Amino acid sequence: MTYAIQAEGLVKRYGKTTALAGIDLVARQGTVLALLGPNGAGKTTTTRMLATLIRPDAGHATVGGYDIVREAPEVRRQIGLTGQYASVDEEMSGFENLVLLGRLLDLSRADAKARARELLERFQLTDAGGRAPGTYSGGMRRRLDLAASLVGRPSFLYLDEPTTGLDPRSRGDVWDLVRSLVTDEGVTVLLTTQYLDEADQLANDIAVIDHGRVIANGDAAELKAQVGSQSLEIRPAHADRTADTVAIVSELTGLAPDLATNGLITVPVHDPDLLPVVVRRLDEAGIRASELALRMPSLDEVFLELTGHRTQDDAQKEADAA
Amino acid sequence: MTTATQTPSTPTTVKPAPTGTGAPRDEHVRRRDPFALVRHSLTLTWRNLIKLKHQPEQLIDLTLQPVIFIVMFVYLFGGAIAGSTHDYLQFVLPGILVQTVVFASLGTGVGLCEDVAKGVFDRFRSLPISRYAPLVGAVLGDLCRYFVAIVVVFVFGTAIGFRVQTDALAVLATTGLVLLFAFGMCWIFALLGMTMKNPRSVQGIAMLIGFPLTFGANIFAQTATMPGWLQSWVKVNPVSHLTDACRGLLVGGPVATHVGWVLLWAAVFTAIFAPLTVRAYNRKS
Ligand SMILES: Nc1ncnc2c1ncn2[C@@H]1O[C@H](COP(=O)(O)OP(=O)(O)OP(=O)(O)O)[C@@H](O)[C@H]1O
Ligand SMILES: [Mg+2]
Repeated sequence: MTYAIQAEGLVKRYGKTTALAGIDLVARQGTVLALLGPNGAGKTTTTRMLATLIRPDAGHATVGGYDIVREAPEVRRQIGLTGQYASVDEEMSGFENLVLLGRLLDLSRADAKARARELLERFQLTDAGGRAPGTYSGGMRRRLDLAASLVGRPSFLYLDEPTTGLDPRSRGDVWDLVRSLVTDEGVTVLLTTQYLDEADQLANDIAVIDHGRVIANGDAAELKAQVGSQSLEIRPAHADRTADTVAIVSELTGLAPDLATNGLITVPVHDPDLLPVVVRRLDEAGIRASELALRMPSLDEVFLELTGHRTQDDAQKEADAA
Repeated sequence: MTTATQTPSTPTTVKPAPTGTGAPRDEHVRRRDPFALVRHSLTLTWRNLIKLKHQPEQLIDLTLQPVIFIVMFVYLFGGAIAGSTHDYLQFVLPGILVQTVVFASLGTGVGLCEDVAKGVFDRFRSLPISRYAPLVGAVLGDLCRYFVAIVVVFVFGTAIGFRVQTDALAVLATTGLVLLFAFGMCWIFALLGMTMKNPRSVQGIAMLIGFPLTFGANIFAQTATMPGWLQSWVKVNPVSHLTDACRGLLVGGPVATHVGWVLLWAAVFTAIFAPLTVRAYNRKS
C-alpha cells in the first residue's frame, strides 16, 4: 500500500546533537497523524523536513508520492505549514499577510483578496484583519497563522504544536477546524503535540517520538492499551465521607485506590463504562463529589511506560520542587 | 488563474498523476512559467513597500539621516574645510548622496535577518516559488527605499543652495549609478543577514563595514589633504570612485574612468555575494 506520507529512516544531525535518529512514519490519505513527544524529541525537525525546509542527512520520504528532496517543488505545491512559532509578518496587517500569500500562489489580485476575506471570516478575524498581528492575542495569531497555511488549499497540512499556549476554548476551535478540514476537504494532517489528549481527540494514528526515534505507534486505543489505563479521580465534598467513597470504589474496581493527602482518590480503570456506575453508587450512598473525572494518562505516564524514563519537563519540575 | 471561490480540491489518489492532485497551483503550465520569478519577486517587493507604509518611522529615519549629515557637515565644518559653506555644499553633496545610499544598504541585511529570525522566510520557503524571489523582492524593495533617500538629498540640497552644474540627464545618470552600486553593495549585507542569527549583530557588523567605506573615502575631504597611508586606501575604496563619478556628473569633472570602476565593483559584488546569499538562503537550517 502507498501512503500519503511515508518516511523511512530520516536522520538529521546538528554537530554533535542528533535531532533525528532514524524516523519511520506513515500517514494515510485523509487522516490525521499525530507526532507525540516531549521537548526536544524531534517533532519540529521532522515536520520541517517533510515540508522540504531541511534536508535529511540520511533516509528518505515522500509526500503525496513526491520525494521531499528530489521533487521538493512538487511537495511544496501540495503542503501548508503552520510552524511552531507564528510566522506571519508583523509589519503587515492580517489581511495583507493573506493577500501576499495568495499572490505568491498565483491567485489574481481579486481572487487573493477574496480568499483572504473568506479565511479571515472562517477564522473569526474579520474585525482584526486590518490590524497588524503584533496587536493580536496569542489565539488570534495562531488562527491567522493557520489561515495563512490554508491560502493555497493544501492537500497536506502540517501543524507544529498548533494549540500550545492556547486557552481551552481556542484549543477546541483549532480541533474543530482540523476535523472539518479532514472530513470535508480530505486533507491529510500531520500534527505535533505534547498532549496525549490532543492526539487522542484528533489523530487516527499516533507516533510517539523520543530522542529522534519513534518509540511507539498505532491508533489511540492501541497506544493506550500499551500504556495501560485511564484513571478515575474522585474527591468527596465532605472529608468525612472519604472512607465510604474508598470502599465503594474498591468494591467496583477490585483495586485498592490511592488516597492523596488532599483527599483525592485515584484508581486505574480499564472500562470507561465504570464511570456512570460509580456516579450512581455515590448518589445512592448520598456522597457528593466535588471532583469526579476519568483522566487520560499524561504524556509523562506514557513515557514512563514506554521508555522507563520521564520526560525532561517533569524531571525538571521535580527538581524545581525539591 | 482559478478563482478563490472554486470548490476545495479533494485529492482522491494517494500517488497523483504527474499533473498533481488538481489543487489550483498544481498546473504544470504555471510551473514552467518563465515570468514566475519576476511576478513573485514583484509581489515580495510590494510586501517590503507595505512595511514602509506601516512603519513610517523607517521613512523618517531614511530621510532625516541625510538631512542631519548635510546640515552638520555644511554648516559645522564647511567653513573650516572649504572656506565657504556654499563651496563646501557643492563639494560634499554628491558625497552625502553616496554615503546615504551606502548606509541605507546596510538595512537590507538587518531586514533579511529579521525575516529569517521571525520565521517569515520559512513560510516563503515552503511555498512553490523560486528561492530567489524572496531575496530579489527584498532587494528591489530596498532599491525603492534608496531611491527615496536620493530624492531627499537632492531636494534638501537644492533647498539650501546646491546647484547642479550639468543637466537633468546627468542627475538621472547619477541616480542610476548610485542605485546600481547600492544594488551591488547590498548583497554583502544580505549575506550577513542570511548567515547571522541576530539582527542586532548584523547591524553592528554592517556598521563596521560601512564606516571605513564611507569615512575612509573622499566624501568629506579631498584625497590630497590626507596622509599617505589613508590616501592609498581612499584611492582604492570603491565608494571614492562612486563619489568622484557623482561629482563629475553633477558639478563637472572627469567621469568615465570612475564610472567604469563603479560598474566593475557593482558587478563584482553582485557576482560574488548574490550567489553566496542565495546559497545561504537555501541552506538555512
Ligand atoms: N538548527 C539547529 N541547530 C542545532 N540543534 C538543533 C537545531 N534544530 C534542532 N536542534 C536540536 O534537535 C533536537 C530536536 O529538536 P526539535 O526542535 O525537532 O524538537 P521538538 O520535538 O520540536 O521540541 P519542542 O517540543 O521543544 O518544540 C533538539 O535537541 C534541538 O536542540
Ligand atoms: Mg518543536
